[in-house]
Amino acid sequence: MNAMTQHELLSAASSFQHGGVMPLRAGIGLKPEHFIEILETRPTVGFFEIHAENYMVDGGPFHHYLTRIRELYPLSIHGVGLSIGGEQPLDKAHLQRLAALLDRYQPELFSEHLAWASHGGHFLNDLLPLPYHAGTLQRVCAHIDQVQEALQRPLLLENPATYLEFATSDRSESEFIRDILQRTGCGLLLDVNNVYVSCINHGRDPYAYIRALAGLWIGEIHLAGFARDWDAAGDPLLIDSHGAPIAEAVWHLYEFTLQQLGPAPTLIERDQNIPSLATLCTEAQQAELRLSGVACMQPRQTAL
Amino acid sequence: MSGQQDFYQALGSPEGPLPTGLHTWNGSDPGRRFAVYRNNVLASLIDALADSFPVVQALVGEPFFRAMAQIYVREFPPESPILAEYGDRLPPFIRQFAPATAVPYLADVAQLEWLRIRAFHSADGTRVATATLATVWADVEHLPDRRLTLHPSLQLIRSPYAVVSIWAAHQGDCALTTPHQIQQQLASLRLDSPQQALLLRTGLTVDLIPVDAGTHGFITGLQRGLTLGEAMAEASQQHAGFEVTPGLTLLIQQGAVMAFSDPLTH
Repeated sequence: MNAMTQHELLSAASSFQHGGVMPLRAGIGLKPEHFIEILETRPTVGFFEIHAENYMVDGGPFHHYLTRIRELYPLSIHGVGLSIGGEQPLDKAHLQRLAALLDRYQPELFSEHLAWASHGGHFLNDLLPLPYHAGTLQRVCAHIDQVQEALQRPLLLENPATYLEFATSDRSESEFIRDILQRTGCGLLLDVNNVYVSCINHGRDPYAYIRALAGLWIGEIHLAGFARDWDAAGDPLLIDSHGAPIAEAVWHLYEFTLQQLGPAPTLIERDQNIPSLATLCTEAQQAELRLSGVACMQPRQTAL
Repeated sequence: MSGQQDFYQALGSPEGPLPTGLHTWNGSDPGRRFAVYRNNVLASLIDALADSFPVVQALVGEPFFRAMAQIYVREFPPESPILAEYGDRLPPFIRQFAPATAVPYLADVAQLEWLRIRAFHSADGTRVATATLATVWADVEHLPDRRLTLHPSLQLIRSPYAVVSIWAAHQGDCALTTPHQIQQQLASLRLDSPQQALLLRTGLTVDLIPVDAGTHGFITGLQRGLTLGEAMAEASQQHAGFEVTPGLTLLIQQGAVMAFSDPLTH
């Protein structure tokens, strides 16, 4: 295996210094309907995050506005199309497009998902679950090695929201993630809403999940809203909708996460029912209050 | 069969069996949970098409559009994670979609919306410098031998229906334009009068510029790589009374011409 060592990754991490290190602040997703208002009002927000695939176009307004906004704010690029958990080889053309996008915008953070999204040459536009065992661990790690080699920078891997589990899984998700981080040197994008949603959906304790991540490199946190449904037995089935304000239970879990694992740049994710820019910024400020409270209390966690 | 192949097939066939090896903590039927994934895949792709083809949806109504889009998604799932590229085959799909034949111009409106997306996201381009333009114009003798490099966003549409007017009737402030007003506007249109237009994005918005049939033919020729002289001759042959000046002036004034070829190099 020609994986980069953790040391090489960390030096790569400190060398992509367009804007340097992502500040310990709260950011929001960048939405085209807010482009002009952002440039005109320059809202107080820690950073913006984009979905990589939305900007894989040749030119036009998306690049025009992102270029200008990127000059004013730190940037996180979040991929949804690599299918790192896929059984099939990674799409090399897509990896090249990603490399070009990262090269152009030099984001402070880059993340992808512990999931699969493509199969048989078709893109499914959803983050699909995978079993957790030695075979899938090896495959996921090989894909992450390949991505980090191609991009010459560390990746943050996001824990998924899942609705199903597999009989072949022989370890917990947090154990699986710990192994991935240790083998590949990648970091964790800890989606606290996904932790909550998955734990409720599988009858587990979300606080225990968070505790099990102690000592890992948490490069970013995501917060979002969920929708409520019920499974066939009448037990709650939470849906990661990105379409509602953050639930009170997720705010509590976020506070616990910050206390247990230390502060990390935090994104308010909203992809459906997108509210006004001011509403999103207010939600980011709620996260930032909690973040700064913890950041004052303890030194920032590092990858080492 | 591999686990993901199994999962993938079950996602695409709502009446088919679930993938094997699914587990639920409370022993509940995994079908209800698997349905969340089935719904996410289908609904998110239909939503992506609805975002890209809003006028098509307005013309047939949301229930019809979503039913049609569902069949399209099953038949032509995206081959790339770049959803701005998804929907290229919707116009020809609509053309042969029997339930949509009651709206004969629907496929052409879809084509117009698709070309707008392509123009919107196309590469940027710089208009030809004024000094170059002056030099080219001064050398009238060689003008017919030159080829034009046109702006990458430039698209052309031609329809036997009044697609430009139909599309335009659905623009503007939705709060001020009720469905009833749109119906009235459409009713006053002669829907079966042919229209041609040029789509161009030299700044941040896509312009839709109606042109006559001869100009459409002329610019199409230039886009195919004909010289000015060849494109003029072809347009004159196919369209009686063709005048080159309006089309050429339009291209230059709108910034659609990026360069002229050197006539001596070929």
